[in-house]
Amino acid sequence: MENRPLEYDYTVAKMFMVTTIVLGIVGMSIGVFIAFELAFPGLNTIFGQGIAEYTNFSRLRPLHTDAVAFGFTLSGIFATWYYVGQRVLKVSMAESKFLMLIGKLHFWLYVLGVAAAVVTLFMGYSTSKEYAEFEWPIDIAIVVVWVLWGVSIFGLIGIRREKSLYISVWYYIATFLGVAMLYLFNNMEVPTMLATSAAGETGIGSWLHSVSMYAGTNDALVQWWYGHNAVAFVFTVPIVAMIYYFLPKESGQAIYSYKLSLLSFWGLMFVYLWAGGHHLLYSTVPDWMQTMGSIFSVVLILPSWGSAINMLLTMKGEWQQVAASPLIKFMVLGSTFYMFSTLEGPIQAIKSVNAIAHFTDWIVGHVHDGTLGWVGFMIIAALYHMAPRVFKRELYSKSLMAAQFWIQTLGIVLYFTSMWIAGITQGMMWRAHDEFGNLAYSFMDTVDVLHPYYALRGTGGLLYLIGFFMFAYNIYKTMSARPVEESELQNASPMGA
Amino acid sequence: MSIDEFSAYGYFFLTLLLVVGLYAYIYHLYKKKKDATGVDYENYSNMALNDDIGDTPVKPVSDEKKK
Repeated sequence: MENRPLEYDYTVAKMFMVTTIVLGIVGMSIGVFIAFELAFPGLNTIFGQGIAEYTNFSRLRPLHTDAVAFGFTLSGIFATWYYVGQRVLKVSMAESKFLMLIGKLHFWLYVLGVAAAVVTLFMGYSTSKEYAEFEWPIDIAIVVVWVLWGVSIFGLIGIRREKSLYISVWYYIATFLGVAMLYLFNNMEVPTMLATSAAGETGIGSWLHSVSMYAGTNDALVQWWYGHNAVAFVFTVPIVAMIYYFLPKESGQAIYSYKLSLLSFWGLMFVYLWAGGHHLLYSTVPDWMQTMGSIFSVVLILPSWGSAINMLLTMKGEWQQVAASPLIKFMVLGSTFYMFSTLEGPIQAIKSVNAIAHFTDWIVGHVHDGTLGWVGFMIIAALYHMAPRVFKRELYSKSLMAAQFWIQTLGIVLYFTSMWIAGITQGMMWRAHDEFGNLAYSFMDTVDVLHPYYALRGTGGLLYLIGFFMFAYNIYKTMSARPVEESELQNASPMGA
Repeated sequence: MSIDEFSAYGYFFLTLLLVVGLYAYIYHLYKKKKDATGVDYENYSNMALNDDIGDTPVKPVSDEKKK
């Protein structure tokens, strides 16, 4: 026992890898189903009128968004933290029984929270705040899970051997602090049981259902400060943490400019928090606040591109690796999609563009080129890199991985191009009017025109889902693939045919 | 001073502060390398590249304790 060399302990990382894949399948399957529901409304009642309440678009939509954001993505973030955290701090979780206990508790409470969220959303319990639909008891559970993750992060940092914190650790800490602040403030809510009606009656509400502590425009402002920064601190910051570790590690190249990574970090931290106002353009929010939201969104291009270009330049002189390794392909295309969606977002946030884009499918397209192309690809790449190292086996199939890459890329392209066309068509039709100011089209006219694009979008989503199943299968088979030596794991991941 | 004037001054000085802060940070990142006890931040990339548990840390915690 005494003489056994110390090793990193990936127990908790492996547990979260499983939930990443399982919740990815759940969230994306629901997404594909509801995409086809929009194209073919008959699907809303395909399982019979009796249970249509549970299968209609509006009941399933929050399940899709929450499962992919707080299920798939958060699990991916936790899995990579429990892997990257140990390695860059050069300390093993096996060295602390306490941290191991916290890590396992973190996982099991998270699973419990997810189960509660899925059941209540299915039953129709919802605060009706986008991406913050969970009712207050679940919110409290989520806070506990989050605090446990914090204990894990700072506990591991506390016993580290490497004095300075690697840039990825900065980004993980920012994720922890950012989400903690956002979540607490946006989920301030009161059970309706405690409310009094206008007529003075009490005790007429419910213990489980709650209303926000803010009202009207204030509620909208807090909600979109939260909503947009959920994109920042769940879909951007931790994913940047991943690419700053996994791309240099897999390619064997040092970050092109470490100083630029530090500068981009502070830029991103400062600018992102002010951009949420762009969700409320042309609403009752003060005009200066809308302008501020637009301007900060445009400024946001700088720190985002700072990181993305830094990653692409990391591959300088090593571009043959992109051709040779499907794993590097995922990361380089992920980084490119990050550049793409962080240019597209600011364009949509410009007031005159937003006048066409707001409430249309272009926004949905924007979200998905970011999440499918950047978040999804990066988490998939991270798990592919981790799998041979945590299972000590080569990746089952390189060709399957390459096929997955191309199928999913095609899926993403179909998704965002169809949504661009659909969105701009919608925006133009809603605005069109004759010389007397009468609207040229009714809402149903737009629905008719959009049908083919909705069908295309569903197909794109389906291709991405098929690719995700290939990913799940590849990882599953990796567990029984050829065992590898420690020396094979230095940089490029070993892959079977 | 009207609220418009106040916000205009506020805007100007805040922008100035941020610009100075940003350039000062860049200056700091480069200057530290040239100091006697200099830190070359580019070496920090090695924290990811040499991250086996037996690898020598770029900047070990134990160094700090010895001082």
